[in-house]
Amino acid sequence: MSILVIAEHDNAGLKAATLNTVTAAAKIGGEIHLLVAGSGCAGAAQAAAQLAGVTKVLVADAPHYAGQIAENEAALIVANAPGHTHILAPATSHGKNTLPRVAALLDVAQISEIVAVESPDTFVRPIYAGNALATVKSADAVKVITVRTTAFDAAGQGGSAAIENIAAGPDLGLSKLVGREMTKSTRPELGAAKVIVSGGRGLASGENYHTLLEPLADKLNAALGASRAAVDAGFVPNDYQVGQTGKIVAPQLYIAIGISGAIQHLAGMKDSKVIVAINKDPEAPIFQVADYGLVGDLFQIVPELTAAL
Amino acid sequence: MKVLVPVKRVIDYNVKVRVKADGSGIDLANVKMAMNPFDEIAVEEAIRLREAGIATEVVAVSCGTTACQETLRTAMALGADRAVLIESDAELQPLAVAKLLKALADKETPQLVILGKQAIDDDSNQTGQMLAALLGWPQATFASKVVIAAGRATVTREIDGGLETLDLPLPAVITTDLRLNEPRYATLPNIMKAKKKPLDVVKPVDLGVDVTPRLATLKVVEPPRRQAGVKVADVAELVSKLKNEAKVIA
Repeated sequence: MSILVIAEHDNAGLKAATLNTVTAAAKIGGEIHLLVAGSGCAGAAQAAAQLAGVTKVLVADAPHYAGQIAENEAALIVANAPGHTHILAPATSHGKNTLPRVAALLDVAQISEIVAVESPDTFVRPIYAGNALATVKSADAVKVITVRTTAFDAAGQGGSAAIENIAAGPDLGLSKLVGREMTKSTRPELGAAKVIVSGGRGLASGENYHTLLEPLADKLNAALGASRAAVDAGFVPNDYQVGQTGKIVAPQLYIAIGISGAIQHLAGMKDSKVIVAINKDPEAPIFQVADYGLVGDLFQIVPELTAAL
Repeated sequence: MKVLVPVKRVIDYNVKVRVKADGSGIDLANVKMAMNPFDEIAVEEAIRLREAGIATEVVAVSCGTTACQETLRTAMALGADRAVLIESDAELQPLAVAKLLKALADKETPQLVILGKQAIDDDSNQTGQMLAALLGWPQATFASKVVIAAGRATVTREIDGGLETLDLPLPAVITTDLRLNEPRYATLPNIMKAKKKPLDVVKPVDLGVDVTPRLATLKVVEPPRRQAGVKVADVAELVSKLKNEAKVIA
């Protein structure tokens, strides 16, 4: 068996999600090859070579991979699929965008967001917003899989894989990247943070969200998250959203503030190690999953908590 | 310009999901069903394009049992002009659905296919991307803004860490994210009118598509249930518990 893992990177280095995906690949067993497709991506390739368990790094460095556009990247992955029994990518917005395109071109199913590996052809994945876990067995020759990163530990360092440059595919010229508007933050990445401070509708405004939650997040070196209600109301940008269709997170500590706990939100955070809920409604569903619940006025409690830390 | 909008009939998003006792799947007997919420957003976007004079016809399509006609009537009550049901009692996985839609798109030749980014039942998030691949078309997934002009689509996408804008030549496939629009409600007169709109039924075999599932579901179980914890009296007790009991803060 030989597994092709699609690296998530920013050309200079690897994104954390790649490390969890390598661990999922190791659970399947067999040689692990990492594909780095980018433009000026030698830094990411170097980092990939040092991951424990990776035997070979395939690098496709070309200007038309700069934007990591699905059409070009899927074609490249398909061209390098022969010889591999599994193709894995993290279930990030990038992996979810690209990998189904690969699967369709290979005429195989995709197995989305696996949380466990039972055997090389059998995997566990959440369905219905995580309200059920399905064990599925693939009949396809090549298994195309996205990996829920919170379900697998990060791979360690200490590898010394060979780096091999591969031929770039053609520029299909289908879609063009016009631009990106990334949320600027000095905080830890939401998907990789050890502590997350998350706010919901109870905060009532974007201003309250920032004045109350940022000092608390600063004290805890936490990432900031939000419920769908807070994002829809415009308190914070879309990439803060935790839930079924937003980010799936599993930090050591998740503090839910003014979040009632709709099942779609719980789907995104219920695997956190410790959950704290602060809400004025004692009947809020968030208390059913919280390890520690504090019923009361968040406008009073949050500053008090920040001061006490 | 013709717009094709695939819609899926799923369990209503408010319904509490129950796993069958024999572990074979989810209990869907006598459960309220509805259009997948992301597909509602897709229908709305297509109708707005027609209202803006950009689209000339909106065709809704669904793959599944005869009960999906209800979902298609909903799409037509919202404003779709006509509908096609690709009827099958078999389990249809995303690759099979993408192949059915590809075959229909070859016949209908739309300039745009717009559909939900994922269905809230199997949470696969695959069909739009697979369809784009099979058609050889560009794709813009997780759209939060769509502008169509001069044969091109400019699409703002929700990605990890922010937003991204793509420029695509048509024909293209777009999948919708939550913030693309707020779908309207169907009015009673429009629900009545929708009953008279054309709804064609075809079978997978008519389209020459093999829908055999590639994945076998061996079992479905409930996830381990999280125990509710304790209520603390005040901030001091909370901080003490986090430090001494949970040991998650120093």
